[in-house]
Amino acid sequence: MDPRFDVELISVTKRYGATLAVDGISLRIPRASYTCLLGPSGCGKTTTLRMIAGHEAISDGDILIDDKNVSLLPPAARGTAMMFQSYALFPHLNCLDNVAFSLKMRGIAKAERHKAAREFLDLVHLGDYAMRLPSQLSGGQQQRVALARALITRPKVLLLDEPLSALDPFLRIKVREELKRLQRELEITFIHVTHSQDEAMALADLMVVMEDGHIRQAGPPREIFEKPVNPFIARFIGGHNVMMSDQGPIAIRADRCRLGVASDGPHVKGRVTVVEYQGTMVRVAIATDPGDEVSALVPDGLFHEQPVQPGDAATLVWLDRDVHWMANA
Amino acid sequence: MSGQHSLHAPFLGFSRWPRLAFPNIRLTPAMVSWLQVGPLALVLIALVALPAFLFLAVSFFDYDRTGIYPAFMLDNYADLLTTPATLRVYVSSLKLAGIVWAITLFLGFNIAWFLVFHVRNGMVRTVFFLACAIPFWTSGIIRTIAWIPFLGRNGAFNQALMSLGLTSQPLEFLLFSDFAVIITYVHLFTLLMVGPIANSMAKIDPALIEAAIDAGASRFKVMTNVVIPLSKTGIALGSILVFTQVMGDYFVVRQMSGGQSASIVSMLSTEIQAMQYPPASANAMVLVVFVAVMVGCMMRIVDIRKELVK
Repeated sequence: MDPRFDVELISVTKRYGATLAVDGISLRIPRASYTCLLGPSGCGKTTTLRMIAGHEAISDGDILIDDKNVSLLPPAARGTAMMFQSYALFPHLNCLDNVAFSLKMRGIAKAERHKAAREFLDLVHLGDYAMRLPSQLSGGQQQRVALARALITRPKVLLLDEPLSALDPFLRIKVREELKRLQRELEITFIHVTHSQDEAMALADLMVVMEDGHIRQAGPPREIFEKPVNPFIARFIGGHNVMMSDQGPIAIRADRCRLGVASDGPHVKGRVTVVEYQGTMVRVAIATDPGDEVSALVPDGLFHEQPVQPGDAATLVWLDRDVHWMANA
Repeated sequence: MSGQHSLHAPFLGFSRWPRLAFPNIRLTPAMVSWLQVGPLALVLIALVALPAFLFLAVSFFDYDRTGIYPAFMLDNYADLLTTPATLRVYVSSLKLAGIVWAITLFLGFNIAWFLVFHVRNGMVRTVFFLACAIPFWTSGIIRTIAWIPFLGRNGAFNQALMSLGLTSQPLEFLLFSDFAVIITYVHLFTLLMVGPIANSMAKIDPALIEAAIDAGASRFKVMTNVVIPLSKTGIALGSILVFTQVMGDYFVVRQMSGGQSASIVSMLSTEIQAMQYPPASANAMVLVVFVAVMVGCMMRIVDIRKELVK
């Protein structure tokens, strides 16, 4: 039977001495999906990725890939390939030999492995750069060589450790489109570690938010954005105003909030601290009288009908139906 | 020039060229460059170029038992290059250099690998490096002589072997033999290998090794495909250091071989003691050229300058 999941983590734990880096996490990653592990630095997301890759031993628990327990297998026997954050291209080898490296390790003859490497360089549109050394390439090109080098092993699962963090913002968006396209075309699972929620939301079929060695919430990006389970998720994912109500913490999306008057309905009073023009929207940050930092994302037309300045008194209003109730953190 | 200068100075708040305390003396960029290279150039000219030139000149001189006489003759070189003893000494020195090079390379590479990739704790690594380096605070002569009571006929090693019942009588080959010479060289020169290789290895991103393992490389293939190619600058530098040290050695061979072997420099020193300066100079010139050619060959294999600039 076709396995239902490409990767399964079963109470996987990583201890470094007395510190718990990853605390008994369980996760099922469906077939051919794009999964993003998201979280602040030190949350255990990279350690989790490295345990799936086999570069970090598992202290407890099991990892299944394609229904096979790989917990004790070496990296190359797991059907995974890893793309490193620094790309880790071999500086003494040209692009062709970098891409062909894993085939060389398997003892495949030079002509054959170079032919295959050329195909994969073409796949990432670097066919013309085969003879260049990594140091002669731009960051974006190096990244594509690293991608080709990982894909040539025909992995079931491609593991990407913050692949976009070294690129400039413009390139980042282009490369992330490219990653998504490749994942769709190759129909394999990508597991992508990032600390950027924009990146995760743009790419992920399954978004896994981690904090402090635990998975706090896993699901499709829309579900996480619309129904964050706790204040940490709501704050981390951004675009939410998190406030305390009598019945527990609530989150209201900043783009559903407006500046208004107390008679409009649910509201909180405060003082404008920052006005940020963002093009289509204007973000108005308000320090509320109860002491929260909240903001309203107001369409620019609406804002300019009644502009406010930092220091002005303001009232943040919203509709009851936009209130999302959360569990305590 | 001065017009341009006065135009800029008020805007920049400092002059483009450094000014000395004397009025009206401005250093041009060319003068600054000369001042920067000058001191080292003077030292090198006085202590390297001039003596070498002196040797070169004297190597063509005539001599007899009472003195040396300016001349231009090639007899000193002809004598040297046609004596069978020269070839014998060069061959035996090369053989020693080859053996010592192989042993120090093996040890040095592995020690460097251990220090750089296996000792994770920075403190422990510093302690190990110091443990390697501290013996070098004493002179090479003392470290050479220290082997004599250890390796001698009634030395510590033989005593230990006999008291353990492993041998019934002392091993004779331990001291005053090629064995003793090699062991002393290895002791003296291994650090010269460790240093440059460790320096090269420290520049290897550990992620490269993981990437190789991820691609299915065995430990051995990680070494041959990643670590060795990326350490080759250090290997070449260490090799040159060890090779030149062995070829230029005088003391170790004399002390440790018990007069059974001769080195190139001991041949040279015999000539100096006999006041035969012109043949000694010729000998020195041939050694310099020989070592320079060998080092040049090593540099052809690994372009050290290119790698050092990186």
